[in-house]
Amino acid sequence: MSGFDTVIEGVLLGGVYALFALGLSLIFGIMRLVNLAHGDLILLAAYLVLSVTTTLGVPLIASTLLIVVVMFAAGYALQRLVLERVLGDDILPPLLVTFGLSIVIQNGLLLAYGADSRRLQAGAFESSSIALAPGLSIGLAPLTALIAAIVAVALMQLIFYRTTLGRAFRATADNPQIAQLMGIDERSVYAIAVGISLAVSVIAAITFGIRANFDPSIGPARLLFAFEAVIIGGLGSLWGTLAGGIVLGLAQAIGARIDPEWQILAGHITFLAVLMLRPRGLFPSRRP
Amino acid sequence: MTTLLSVSALDAFYGDFQALFGIDFKLEQGEAVAVIGANGAGKSTLLKSLAGLVRNRRDAIRLAGQEIGDSTAAKVVRLGLALVPEGRQLFPSLTVEENLLIGAYGGDRTSPWDLPSVYRTFPVLQERRHSSVTVLSGGQQQMVAIGRALMSNPSILLCDEISLGLAPIVVEDIYRMLLHIRDNGTGIIVVEQDIARALRSTDRFYCLQEGRVTLAGTPADADQQAIRSAYFGM
Repeated sequence: MSGFDTVIEGVLLGGVYALFALGLSLIFGIMRLVNLAHGDLILLAAYLVLSVTTTLGVPLIASTLLIVVVMFAAGYALQRLVLERVLGDDILPPLLVTFGLSIVIQNGLLLAYGADSRRLQAGAFESSSIALAPGLSIGLAPLTALIAAIVAVALMQLIFYRTTLGRAFRATADNPQIAQLMGIDERSVYAIAVGISLAVSVIAAITFGIRANFDPSIGPARLLFAFEAVIIGGLGSLWGTLAGGIVLGLAQAIGARIDPEWQILAGHITFLAVLMLRPRGLFPSRRP
Repeated sequence: MTTLLSVSALDAFYGDFQALFGIDFKLEQGEAVAVIGANGAGKSTLLKSLAGLVRNRRDAIRLAGQEIGDSTAAKVVRLGLALVPEGRQLFPSLTVEENLLIGAYGGDRTSPWDLPSVYRTFPVLQERRHSSVTVLSGGQQQMVAIGRALMSNPSILLCDEISLGLAPIVVEDIYRMLLHIRDNGTGIIVVEQDIARALRSTDRFYCLQEGRVTLAGTPADADQQAIRSAYFGM
């Protein structure tokens, strides 16, 4: 059973990576904006949930909902007040701004919470598991993460392809100027997109924060995994991003099985291999 | 007849470059007007100014008495001016039907144009409603672009070079539909390089040259020589 449980572990880990990547994929797809602060924003969400649960004693589910709303509003404000000013034909200014934002958030978290590593407490949920077969069981928390990732992708697909807002997203991504002619206010469309991106990263933060310890410095590494998942899956495709997360998770799990030191490296090598063999990713969007 | 749209002393700029000089222009209710002129005469700039893609002095453009010269494109379409842009500019990620639906995004008005009435006007689009717009013929794409603009139920439809790149027989079809649209009460402004084509289907025309109106009148009493000299400046 040792091969099989590695596969399961990899797929479950992939769910977490897919959740990291989803918000990144969303705003890249709509705005062509690469958000270098994405990993730190996920961490910020994790710390906010930590504060609300430990200091205020609010149950995890309720605080998640609360922080989803808070992060959506933060994303909306971030776009309207900061990113909107630097978005344009030149891709460098928004990159620099999000890079700066990443440093600000890291140091802000360090100041507020210190450098100790923390973990979200989910009670019995953390350690409960479902037995699939004798000697093979799945942790409830990682399974929930994978299901959350699938539900999140399905929901976003639904928004994208079945709603007026989704049509506005896709039209704006195609051609922002012509979208304005349709009465679409691109500024508000972009702000909603960033809001949704940060709302999704709260889910990523919860699943990750229950699973592993975190401290203010680990944001950039999460960003790297998120990037790899997006690129492996193919830019602009949400299901592709889910697949990319799972491929990355699998590669890391298999690498770790060979030798624990190989976990991260195996992920990076797989990423490079995909870049070499299929530069546009496994499931690139049809749009050129 | 009441004046639906009036433009007075419109100067339009791209940065430091001035593209239009003191344009005066009028459209009455239910009228089809042609704007003709050579390349670079400022025709498209005029349409872009009307649609809000090029911003101007607030009082330079009035729509039904309201000053809209400095309004954004997103606001102008809500007030009843819809542009069919040059080169069609459909959204490739959206299907035919989604392209039409997105046209109604900003509109609160739902009559007379909605999906069924657009499909009645362009039956071929109903057959291809779930296709990607990228696989349509040029004429069908132009129909989607016109239908998309109609979905906002504009009081005035602005058409930028809608015959460009289309077979003559398709162009005739498109113009026939435009007249049908006008007869339903929508004002129409067409920008064309094909002078004869434009003049056959419009009530009045303006000729632009180097950003200025050099001639205006009705096709019936326009004299070829006068148009030629207004067009080329010779």
